Amino acid sequence: MDFAFSEEQQMLRDSARGFLSSKFTPERVAELAESSEGWDSASWSELAELGWIGLSVPEEQGGAGFGFIEEAVLFEELGRSLYPGPYFATVGLALPALVSSGSLAQVIAGEKTATFAWAEAGGAQDLSDPGALSTKASGSDGNWTLTGEKSFVVDASAADLVVVAAAAPDGTALFLAQLADAEVTTKGTMDSTRRLSTVAFDATSASLLVDAAGAPAVLERIRLRCLAAVALEAVGVAQSALDLAMAYVKERKQFEKPIGAYQAVAHQVADTYMETELARSLAYWAAWCVAESDERAPVAVAAAKSAAGEAAVAACERSIQVHGGIGFTWEHILHRFYKRAQWLDAFGGFGAAHRKVIAASILD
Amino acid sequence: MDFRDTPEEAAFRSELRAWFEANLPDGWRDRGPARGRTEEEISREWSKRLYEAGHAGLTWPKEFGGAGAPYTHQAIFLEESARAETPEHIGVIGLGMAGPTIIAHGTDEQKSAHLGKILSGEEVWCQGFSEPGSGSDLASLRTRAEVDGDDYVVNGQKVWSSFAHIADYCILLVRTDAQAAKHAGITYLLADMHAPGVEVRPLKQITGDPEFNEIFFSDVRIPRKNILGNENEGWKVAMTTLLHERGTLGFALTARLEVLMRKLIALAKETKSNGSTASNDPLLRDRIARQWVELQALKFTNYRALTSLVKTGIPGPEGSIAKLHWSESNQRLTKLALDILGPSSQLDGDDGVWEGFWQYQQLRSRGNTIEAGTSEVLRNIISERVLGLPRSR
Repeated sequence: MDFAFSEEQQMLRDSARGFLSSKFTPERVAELAESSEGWDSASWSELAELGWIGLSVPEEQGGAGFGFIEEAVLFEELGRSLYPGPYFATVGLALPALVSSGSLAQVIAGEKTATFAWAEAGGAQDLSDPGALSTKASGSDGNWTLTGEKSFVVDASAADLVVVAAAAPDGTALFLAQLADAEVTTKGTMDSTRRLSTVAFDATSASLLVDAAGAPAVLERIRLRCLAAVALEAVGVAQSALDLAMAYVKERKQFEKPIGAYQAVAHQVADTYMETELARSLAYWAAWCVAESDERAPVAVAAAKSAAGEAAVAACERSIQVHGGIGFTWEHILHRFYKRAQWLDAFGGFGAAHRKVIAASILD
Repeated sequence: MDFRDTPEEAAFRSELRAWFEANLPDGWRDRGPARGRTEEEISREWSKRLYEAGHAGLTWPKEFGGAGAPYTHQAIFLEESARAETPEHIGVIGLGMAGPTIIAHGTDEQKSAHLGKILSGEEVWCQGFSEPGSGSDLASLRTRAEVDGDDYVVNGQKVWSSFAHIADYCILLVRTDAQAAKHAGITYLLADMHAPGVEVRPLKQITGDPEFNEIFFSDVRIPRKNILGNENEGWKVAMTTLLHERGTLGFALTARLEVLMRKLIALAKETKSNGSTASNDPLLRDRIARQWVELQALKFTNYRALTSLVKTGIPGPEGSIAKLHWSESNQRLTKLALDILGPSSQLDGDDGVWEGFWQYQQLRSRGNTIEAGTSEVLRNIISERVLGLPRSR
């Protein structure tokens, strides 16, 4: 039994934290959040140079040959710095569908970003069972076209490529299209560091990535990876909310004392510490299960996602509370963490949806 | 990072499983869901068997009769004990608190007099720390000891002492210097509970069980050689004990919660109302799942702290949350059991479901956030020592 990261993984964390804290300061994140693009596309090639995009891709395919544990380290750090950009969309969502595609090299090299489109308004929402999709794929061999509309597409405004789950004649299959060929409508979102779009296809040309026979396994792989990634990001967000709270209550004085000396304040911070650590343990367990394709991955991921999403929201709420008025202002970074926390809590279903999975596994 | 057992750990685990299978007391598996704790006789017999098989004091050094095994073995032992729902060792205080403190601060004579007997369960220990006027503010304690020849003469009262009614020895904090600052005048003694002047009175709790006791000391003579550490330096020694109480407890508590989780699931599956079972009720299912998630979080947090203990010799700061989280989670779990029972939750004793097992557990759980450091004290410890917030007093 060994529940710690290796020295190499720790070095990856240190270097990621160094890079992100110098490149994406709270001021820079706020600036990007309010820009029309919502991210810094020029910095994407730096992520590629650091080897982050192809981190888990085998070396013979041009990647670094690591696994999900290493990606887990990055997701936690990216959440911690509130990185705005399509890393989650590209690596957390699209990557498993791209591994055998001709676009993989461009993606790893940082020349193209990608996302994944499956949800449809009023229809399929849940990745574990996309159900009957109204987006249709027609054609054969090398010539496919897509028609239909996808909703809640993550960071489509920052992506070049889109992996699309669509109804092919023999069942749900995965296709690759260029977002430039589709109609992307980016929505106003609470969290402007990670935007959501509708993407409409009208006989848009696409290539087949994974056929109907192979799609369920790839979809499940994407589901497990992205939920674990969200849990890890949520842990990072919770940690930042905690760090901000700790720093503030040591500094801020009222009634001639730092407010952290008052138990009513300190105990809220202690509760955040407790919940963050508990969520972190679950997120690491989930990450390990996903990396090892352990049979417990579905419940581990459900446990981690439900606990970490809720812990991140609570951490931000308590942090706002102990900050007092300043924590409630637009200029303070906290509201951006709070909005990301809520984004993460909502993604792929709120906690109760995941506890349903757990209840079925322990009670039925 | 590897959440699997190493081959060596897996071997130890399967050896333990086989040993439990072969050695659990006759009829133990067929007993109904027992109310309260293991009966004394069964507990004594079980302690002896564990000792003879070398399973008591797994992490104690070999020179003191332990197995000198790594902490991971202790964790596996507790997990497997929970899995097999074994009886409890009689020496909870001796193994977890008195023993490790004697190993750290005791004389050779004290070590040879007590450590072996603690392991075998021959000597049962209790703790004499809290007093009616000294709970969270332990250092304000007033039980006094005066030197008279080769003895201390002890007068005072201790409270909340489990096992005192069957204990042979007590780890006892007394005031030896009334003039010194409160932390500086305390001495740590090993007190013979059979000495004249020691009186134990059971203290009935809200469960109706007299699990705890009051201990009265009236002119009790304790030889001066029974001091642990130096005179007036008992506070430092007591901190070793409390570190062990809080440090090694995480796995034991989680193991206990795991047993209750299993029972809760069984209860939900067998409890019927309105033509369905509780396990089909969506609201109860959500709460049961939440308990399960909390349990896993506790378990893996313990493992993270353990890994850092194994690698650095110091338990990770995550360990500080184990007792706090366990106590609150245990309260929620036992309350959930009563919710599952619905109107039957109000029937108790022989008329209750499972002979009142859950009523007992639920009431008992209210003590969890008070004993061994109140949740308020534990939150202070996290705030001040882990997070470095300013002291509240």
